[in-house]
Amino acid sequence: MAYFIQQLINGLALGSIYGLIAIGYTMVYGIIGMINFAHGDIFMVGSFIALIAFLAILSFGITFVPLALVLVLILAMLLTAVWGWTIERIAYRPLRESFRLAPLITAIGMSIILQNFIQVAQGARVKPLQPIVTGGYELFVQDGFEVTLSNIQILIMVTTVVLMGVFWLIITRTSLGRSQRACEQDRTMAALSGVDVDRTISLTFVMGAALAAVAGLLYLLYYGVIDFYIGFVAGIKAFTAAVLGGIGSLPGAMLGGIIIGLIETFWSAYFSIQYKDVAAFSMLALVLIFFPSGLLGRPEVEKV
Amino acid sequence: MTLAKSGKAFSTERLKTTLTDAIIAAWIAFALFCLTLGVRTVDSVNGLTLLPRPVLLAIVVGIVFAGRFLLSLLWWNRDWGLPAIPWPKALKGDGGVAQHAGLILAIAAVLFPIVAYALDKSFHLGLPLRYLFDLSILVLTYVMLGWGLNIVVGLAGLLDLGYVAFYAVGAYTFALLGTTFGWSFWVCLPLAGLLAALWGVMLGFPVLRLRGDYLAIVTLAFGEIVRIVLINWTALTNGPNGISDIPKPTFFGLPFKAGPGSFNEFFGIRHDHLYAVIFLYYVILILALFTNFVTLRLRRLPIGRAWEAMREDEIACRSLGINTTITKLTAFATGAMFGGIAGAFFATRQGFISPESFTFIESAIILAIVVLGGMGSQLGVAIAAIVMVGGFEALRHTENLQSIFGEGFDPALYRMLLFGVAMVAIMIWRPRGIVGTRDPSITLGKASSIKGDLVKEGRG
Repeated sequence: MAYFIQQLINGLALGSIYGLIAIGYTMVYGIIGMINFAHGDIFMVGSFIALIAFLAILSFGITFVPLALVLVLILAMLLTAVWGWTIERIAYRPLRESFRLAPLITAIGMSIILQNFIQVAQGARVKPLQPIVTGGYELFVQDGFEVTLSNIQILIMVTTVVLMGVFWLIITRTSLGRSQRACEQDRTMAALSGVDVDRTISLTFVMGAALAAVAGLLYLLYYGVIDFYIGFVAGIKAFTAAVLGGIGSLPGAMLGGIIIGLIETFWSAYFSIQYKDVAAFSMLALVLIFFPSGLLGRPEVEKV
Repeated sequence: MTLAKSGKAFSTERLKTTLTDAIIAAWIAFALFCLTLGVRTVDSVNGLTLLPRPVLLAIVVGIVFAGRFLLSLLWWNRDWGLPAIPWPKALKGDGGVAQHAGLILAIAAVLFPIVAYALDKSFHLGLPLRYLFDLSILVLTYVMLGWGLNIVVGLAGLLDLGYVAFYAVGAYTFALLGTTFGWSFWVCLPLAGLLAALWGVMLGFPVLRLRGDYLAIVTLAFGEIVRIVLINWTALTNGPNGISDIPKPTFFGLPFKAGPGSFNEFFGIRHDHLYAVIFLYYVILILALFTNFVTLRLRRLPIGRAWEAMREDEIACRSLGINTTITKLTAFATGAMFGGIAGAFFATRQGFISPESFTFIESAIILAIVVLGGMGSQLGVAIAAIVMVGGFEALRHTENLQSIFGEGFDPALYRMLLFGVAMVAIMIWRPRGIVGTRDPSITLGKASSIKGDLVKEGRG
C-alpha cells in the first residue's frame, strides 16, 4: 500500500509535466487542426534555456532559491515563447492554406532543426544541474517503506494547478480567449467578424510554448539531467495525453497528462521499466483507435 | 529592370520602415539565441559552467539583421522583375527532355558503375570508386524506400510515419534466417518481403478507421514500439548489440571472394574487391526498378485507381462501392513489402544491423524524400533521394570546409541540421514538391500532364 501511494505521488508529478506540454498540443490542434510536431522540442529548448538561465543567475550571485526560481521561470517562459512565435511564423503560417500534409512535414523538419541546433550549440552530452529544490516531507512509514512527498513534487503540482487556473481564466474570460474559441469553431467566420486570426494563432503558439517552458523547467528540476533528445519521447507522450483527454479541451489535456503519467509510473513500478514507453505508445494507439474523441472532447463529425 | 529605374524602392520612407523591420528581426534573433547559442555549457570539475560566446552571438544576430534588411529592401517588395529564365523549350512540356528524364536517369544508373570502373582502370584516375559505389548504393536504397512509401503516402494518401518498422522487419528477417540457418540471401529476400507485408497488414488493420494526422502519429508509435521490442528482446535480436556476420549475397551461388569456387575464378578474371560492391549496386538497382515497375503497373490496375480515389476523397470513394478496408490494407501491405525487401538488402550490405539503424529519423527522412519529391511522382522521389541523401552524405566528407571554419568544425554535426532546414525550405518554396506534375494514370483522349494544384492531396 505504501509503495502504491508513493508511485501515485510520483505519477501525479510526472503527469503534471506531461499535462503542461499537452496543453500546447491541444490548443494548437484545436485552433488550426495540425499536430505541432515540434512542440516536444520546444519543451526541450525551454528546459535548456532554463538550465542556462539557472547557471547564469547562480553565477551572478543570486543564491536565494525562490527568487532564482521566479527569475528563471520568467526568463524561460519569455524566451521560449519567442521560439514558439518564430516557428509558427516561419514554418507554419506560409502553409496554412496548403494541403493537409504540408505543415506536418515542416513541423517534422522544425523538430529536426531544433534537436540538431541544440546538439550543435550545446553539445550532445547530458547536462546535469545540481539539486536546487531539496528536502521533503515523510508522510508515513508502513512495513519499513517510507512514503515521501518531496518539495520538488509539491512545487510541480502547485505550479501546474496555478498555471492551469490562469490559462483557464484566459481562455474563458478574456477577449483573447474568445477570439481563440471563435477561430477554433470557424476561422473564416471569425475573420469576418473582426478577429485578427493571424494574431490569435500566433498568441496560441506563444502560450503553448510558454507552458512548455514551464514544463521544461520543472522537468529539469525534477530529474536534474537533460539532453537534446528529451523532447521527442516527452512530446509523443504529451500528445497521447492531449488525445486521451479529448483534443481541443484544456482540462482534458491536464487529465490526460495525469493518466499517462500514472500509467507510465505504475507500469515501470509493477511490470518492466524497459517497456514503459511501449505502454505509453500502445495507450496512444488504443485511445486513438477505440476512443478518438477522448474523455472530455467532442466527437468529430465530418460534413460532406 | 535595373535598380536605378525603381526610384521608389529607395525613398527614405521605405528605407525607414525596412530598417525598423530589420531591427525588430535582429531583436527577435537576439532573444532566440542569447541563451541557446550565446552561452555554452561546459563540463568542469564543479558541475556545469558557462562559457559566453558574444562574438558568435553578434555574428548570428548581424546576419539576421543584414539578411532581413537586404531581403526586404531588394527582394520581397521589389518592383522590378527578374528576367524570365529562358528555359529551353526542350526541357519543358510534352515531348521534351523532361518526359524522358526518367529513362535517361535509369540508363545513366545502369551504365554508371561500368563506365566509372572502366575509366578508372584504363586511365588510372584514382577515383574514390569504393566510396562512390557505396554512396550510390545508399542513395538507391533510399530511392527504393521512397518508392515503396510512395505507394502508401503518395498513392493511397495514408500518412505513415513508422515505415522504418517494415524496413527493420525485413532486415531482421534476413539477418536471423541467414545467421542461424545459413539460408541464402536470395531465398530470404521474398520471405523478408512477405513477412514485412504481413506486418503491414497487422499494423494496418487496427488503424483502418484513422485518418490524416492521427494515422501518422499511431504509425509513429508502432515504429517506436517495434524498435523498443528489438532493443529489449535480447534472446532473439541480441538487443542493442545487434546481429553481425550477416552473409553476403552470391551471384547464382558464386561468392565474391578470393579463392576456389568464387565468381572471379569461374569467369577467369582477376580478383577485385570492387566486384562485390558493383554486384550489390546492381542488386539494389534492380530491386528499385522492380519497385518502380510494379508501382507503375499497379497504378493502372483497379486497385491503384482505388488508392488514388481514396486519397482524394474517402467518403466519395466508399459511396461508389469501393471497399476501403481492402484498399487500405493492400496499400499498407504493398508498401511494407518493398520496405522489407529493402531492409533485407540493407542487412546483407551492412553485414551488421542493430536497432540504432531503425530510429524515427529514418522514417522522417524517407517521408521527406517522398513529399519533397512531389507525392505520387516516381521521378520526383528519385531526384529527392539523390539530392537529400547523396547531397548530405557528400557533405560528411568535405574536408575543405574544415580549412575555412577551423579545426573544430565537424561537418557531420551540421548535416542533420541542414537536412531539417532543407525540409522546411523546400516545403515552403514548393509545397507540391520538386516535380509538380506527372502524367495521369488514366486519360480520356489526349494525355496532358496534371499540375499538383489541380488535385487536393496528391496528383494525377
